[in-house]
Amino acid sequence: MSGSGTDGIVRQGGWRHRVARVVLYAILGLFCLYYLVPLVIMVSTSFKSLEEIRTGSLISLPQEIRFDAWAKAWGSACVGVRCDGLRPYMWNSVAMVIPAVFISTLLGALNGYALTKWRFRGADVIFALMLFGAFIPFQVILLPMARALGMMGLAGTIPGLILVHTIYGLAFTTLFFRNFFISVSDSIVHAAMVDGAGFFSIFFRIVLPMAIPAMVVTVIWQFTQIWNDFLFGVAFTVGDSNPVTVALNNVVNTSTGVKEYNVDMAAAIIAALPTLAVYVIAGTYFVRGLAAGAVKG
Amino acid sequence: MATVSLKNVKKRFGSTEVIHGVSADIADGEFIVIVGPSGCGKSTLLRMVAGLETVSEGVVEIDGARVNEKEPMDRDIAMVFQNYALYPHMSVRQNMAYSLKIAGLAKSEIDRKVGEAARLLQLEPYLDRKPKQLSGGQRQRVAMGRAIVREPSVFLFDEPLSNLDAKLRVQMRLEIRQLQAKLGVTALYVTHDQVEAMTMADRMIVMNEGRAEQIGTPLEVYEKPATLFAAQFIGSPAMNVVSGTLEGGQAVLPGGARIACCTAHEGPAAIGIRPEDTHADADGALEMAVDIAEPLGATTLLHGTLYGTEVAFTASLPGVHRMEAGTVLRLAVAPAAIHLFDPETGRRIG
Repeated sequence: MSGSGTDGIVRQGGWRHRVARVVLYAILGLFCLYYLVPLVIMVSTSFKSLEEIRTGSLISLPQEIRFDAWAKAWGSACVGVRCDGLRPYMWNSVAMVIPAVFISTLLGALNGYALTKWRFRGADVIFALMLFGAFIPFQVILLPMARALGMMGLAGTIPGLILVHTIYGLAFTTLFFRNFFISVSDSIVHAAMVDGAGFFSIFFRIVLPMAIPAMVVTVIWQFTQIWNDFLFGVAFTVGDSNPVTVALNNVVNTSTGVKEYNVDMAAAIIAALPTLAVYVIAGTYFVRGLAAGAVKG
Repeated sequence: MATVSLKNVKKRFGSTEVIHGVSADIADGEFIVIVGPSGCGKSTLLRMVAGLETVSEGVVEIDGARVNEKEPMDRDIAMVFQNYALYPHMSVRQNMAYSLKIAGLAKSEIDRKVGEAARLLQLEPYLDRKPKQLSGGQRQRVAMGRAIVREPSVFLFDEPLSNLDAKLRVQMRLEIRQLQAKLGVTALYVTHDQVEAMTMADRMIVMNEGRAEQIGTPLEVYEKPATLFAAQFIGSPAMNVVSGTLEGGQAVLPGGARIACCTAHEGPAAIGIRPEDTHADADGALEMAVDIAEPLGATTLLHGTLYGTEVAFTASLPGVHRMEAGTVLRLAVAPAAIHLFDPETGRRIG
C-alpha cells in the first residue's frame, strides 16, 4: 500500500493500477456518451431551423441558436385542430399531477402508519392485497375503470384522471411507507400515546416528520409515474382535458404538413422538464436525508 | 401520588396465555421492581398498567379506580422506555414540552415546568439540541424529563438502563432512585438485572413464565426465597440447588454429606445453599472438588463438584485463594443457611 489522496481514501499506486484507472474511466466515458448522445441531438435539433435540419447532418451543432421551435412547441403548435401549443396541456398535467401525487402520498403514509403502528387483526392480509395492486397491469383495469368513471360522472375529466392515478398509486405509496414505518420503533408511538397524542396527532406531529426520506422517494416515484403516464391519459380524457403526454403524441404524430423535427424535439424536452426538475430538487434532498440517517449519532 | 393494584391480572394473545393471574398491591410512593428473565411477561405486565396492552382478565386499579378501559393518557402515568423513544425531529425542549402542549397548558407554564425539570436533571445546556446530538446518558435523562414534567401519579420504567454502559448504569440507578424519592411518585420498574432489583426496590415482584413467584423486599427475597426460581434468580453467583433427602433432622446431600438443619420434614427435597453461605472449615460437613478458582479480589469463587459426584457446586470464600484443579476442600454451612424446597412444586418448605 502506498500513497493516499487528500480525501483520506487509501489508494494503491503503481503503473498497473494507473492503467486500470485509465481503462475504467474510458469505459465510464463511453457509457456517458452513449446515454448523452440522444439528449444532445434533441437539444441541438430543437435549436436549429427547419432549413438547417434538411440540409445539415443529424449530429452537427446548430449554426445559430434559435428559439423559434421552442416558442412554437409551447404556444402555437397544432394539437389536432387546436393550435395553442403544449401550454394548455401542460397545465392539465400540472393540475392532475399535483393533487394525485399529494393525495396518494398522504394516503399511502396514513396506510403505512396504520398497518404498522396500529396493528389490527388481518393487517398483514390487507397489506398483501394492497401489494397485489402493484402487480396489476394498466391494461387490465382500463375497461372496468372507464365504466366506473362513467357511472361517477367523471369520464373524460381531469378529476377522473386524478382519481385513477391516486387509486393506482396507493399500492406503491403504501408499500414505501409501510416498509419505512416498520423500522420506526413502536415505543416512539407508545411514548406519544402516553403523552396524550391521538391517532392523527401522532401521525402528523411525530410519525410524518420522521418519514421525510420515505416521502421524497414516494413523491419522486409518483410524480414520474403520473406525469409520464400515457395510457390512462389517452383512455380517460378527451381533447381539451388531455395531459401533456397525449398532446405531445398528437403534435409529433400529426399526419398533415411538413414534419417539424425541431418543434417535436422542443416539445418532447418541454414535456420531460418537470420530471427532471423533481429529480434534481428532491433528489439532492433525498441523498442528504439518507446520509444524515446513515451515521449513528 | 397514587396506589396501584393488580387483581388477578391475566393476558392472552389469541389462545396463548402469557400472564397467568398476577396480584399485587403497591403503596403510594413505593418503588416496585418487576424482575425476571426475558420472556417472563414483566414488560407485558407493565404495558397493561400503562394502557398500551389490553387486560384480558382481572383488574388494574390506579388510586383505587379501575383503569382497564382508560386510554394511557387518562391514567395519570408517565413511562420511560428502554430505547428512550425520544422524538428524533424535536429538540430536547420540545420533547419534554410535547405532553404539556397537548394538555393545553399556557406557554409560560410549559416553559416553567420544562425549565424546572431541566434544572433537576442538569439538562439546561442541551435544551435546544436534538436527541441525535446527545450521549446515551443524556438521552436517558431527557426521557426522564419527559416523564417528570407531567407530574404523574405513577412512573413506569421499562428496562430504562439496559442500553447504557456499566458505569453509567450504576450512576443512573442512583439518580433515578433519588429522583423518585424526592418527588415521592409511585414507581414500577421493569428489569432483568437482579442487581438493579436488589439495589433499587422497596419491594420486588419476581416473575417467571407469567407468574409472580414472590413479592417482597429485596432482603426477604434473598433470605427467604419463596420458590426455587426466586432462589436461583436473585443472588449472584446463583444459589446451589442439589437434590437430596431429609432424614432425622439432617439434610443428606449427594455424595453422602449430612448437614443438621431441620426437623419438621422428611423425604426428598431440593436443597439450596448460597455460595456465600459456605466457609472453609476442616471439620465441615461438605466436601468439594474444585475445578476452577475465580479470584475477584475481595472474594474468590470456586467452581467444582460435590466430592465423589458429578453434581456442580459453587462456593464463594472471602479473600484470595489459589487452588489447583482437583483440590478437595472441606466446607461448613450454617443450618440456618440451608434452604429447602419441595422437589415437585418448587415451593419453599423450610
